Amino acid sequence: MDENRHHRLRARTLKGLQLFALFIAMCFICIPGLWVVLNSFRPTVEIMAKPPVWIPQDLNLDHYRAMFGGVGEGGVPVLRYFTNSLIISVTSTVIAILVGMAGGYAFARYQFKGKAAIFIGLMLTRAVPGVALSLPLFIVMARTGLIDTHIGLILVYVSLNVPFTIWLIDGFFRQVPVELAEAAEIDGCTRWQAFWKVEFPVARAGVASAGIFAFLTSWNEYALASQLTRSTFSKTMPVGLRDFTSEFTINWGGMCALAVLMIIPALILTFLVQKHLIAGLTFGGVKG
Amino acid sequence: MTRFRLPAWFVLLLPAIIVLAAVVLIPLLLSLYSSFTSYRLTRPDSLYNWIGTFNYEKAAKSAHFWAAFGRTLLLLTIALNLEMLLGLGLALLVNQVTYGQRALRTIMMFPMMFSPLLVGFQFKFIFNDNVGLVNNALQSLGLSNTAIPWLVDGQLAFFSILVAEMWSSTSVFAILILAGLFAVPRDPIEAAKVDGCTPWQSFRHITLPYIMPFIYIALAIRSLDVARAYDIVQIMTNGGPARRTELIWTMIGRTGYVDAKMGYANAMGYISIFLAIFFTIYFFRKLNAARAELGMGG
Repeated sequence: MDENRHHRLRARTLKGLQLFALFIAMCFICIPGLWVVLNSFRPTVEIMAKPPVWIPQDLNLDHYRAMFGGVGEGGVPVLRYFTNSLIISVTSTVIAILVGMAGGYAFARYQFKGKAAIFIGLMLTRAVPGVALSLPLFIVMARTGLIDTHIGLILVYVSLNVPFTIWLIDGFFRQVPVELAEAAEIDGCTRWQAFWKVEFPVARAGVASAGIFAFLTSWNEYALASQLTRSTFSKTMPVGLRDFTSEFTINWGGMCALAVLMIIPALILTFLVQKHLIAGLTFGGVKG
Repeated sequence: MTRFRLPAWFVLLLPAIIVLAAVVLIPLLLSLYSSFTSYRLTRPDSLYNWIGTFNYEKAAKSAHFWAAFGRTLLLLTIALNLEMLLGLGLALLVNQVTYGQRALRTIMMFPMMFSPLLVGFQFKFIFNDNVGLVNNALQSLGLSNTAIPWLVDGQLAFFSILVAEMWSSTSVFAILILAGLFAVPRDPIEAAKVDGCTPWQSFRHITLPYIMPFIYIALAIRSLDVARAYDIVQIMTNGGPARRTELIWTMIGRTGYVDAKMGYANAMGYISIFLAIFFTIYFFRKLNAARAELGMGG
């Protein structure tokens, strides 16, 4: 009897400890982000207060108002940055998906010499550190007049996203049985029709998850964008975030508001497809 | 009918190859060439001033360069190992939970959406010695009377950067390992329990081999952009104060753009590229070996 109770007690403490550890871990994950969100609603006086104000006294939208009004915050043209980011990210994602789909299909369906080597070669282009790549790109783009343009950055992001897109989409097309497309061809489809009508719908989830990754990469990229953009004409939001820092002071509240604006689209997109996201990573990697 | 036709796979791969050649390969060849010249941004004609391996020798002799190189390796080694262990721990904890697991998984993905730059900014704010969350908390709790200079002291700054880097990437490991845990078959674990294995033994000999490929996927994915730590460091300390948190990437950026010594920066850039390629190939080989072990190769 006593041993039974002892066991139950031990199991319960273990369970309690587990839950406690999980709680702590979740706090670590959430607090940094929430801290930024909270501070975007607080007036600068309260952020800078000494001793610190722990319970927010005065929450308002001043930083957002100043941000969108373009005045007071040193006139950072946030809306302009937002549209730049949106145009560049969406265009480069669409192109990267199309190019990646062609490439992924080639890897999944055709056997050819040096397949593994070509695959690794493509992956390695992604491993080149952004800052190391930005130096020669800066020179090339300055010569060709592509610096500080949307097209220049779109081109760069397409190439940044293509390798990973190919990897993910390849994994998904492998999940689609070859017989499916063959059956469609026997029934009179051309290869092209078989692809769009049979194989593509089955692998759509993979394409979606590759798209999200491509979008997030372009949306969040900084190392290259910071060198290849010069003016408000092409600056993206990550680069714009630096506008809030001057040599000696940093406008924390304004920065937090822009940070929130940057996160919202990423959050929405990720939550919409989070199931596919995990499946995409694991299919692409393990079974591919 | 003897008209030569390109094979279909080549046509399909062509767009990818063209884009990558234009944006990555050609610039890299240019940077390889310019790393042998004394190219300075301010004097374009210096691009034709061939100086051989001078830049590489200069890097090899520079104590600053080796310090940055060593620090980069140290940061990567510590960060990747800790991220893997913490990710494994987190995945195991979440796997135990039966109620509300979906919500936990969603929360776990939270840091993945943050741009590395945002992570850097966020932790710069949190570790700020004057208004930061950490110092405010320590002072309010009475644990410290003075403002701890998190981002000014060399070792503390390295620690702060490590925390930021781990915050941003641990969840990648946790989510992939969790997906691996779902795929572990139940039967062998039940059988091991019946045969009297301790929980540790069944974890070590059954669960772990099954999730190894997933760990290597996570490592391979991470190794594809290890250099994103650059964004974090650039915003948090920019290698400073006085080079105490200088990584190879921040050093390249400063030499290239601030000092305008493109040739020298490109030489260091090439060294950093080989470092990244080494990490990537290493983890992809591990991944293939782990796949083969589970009979999923091909």
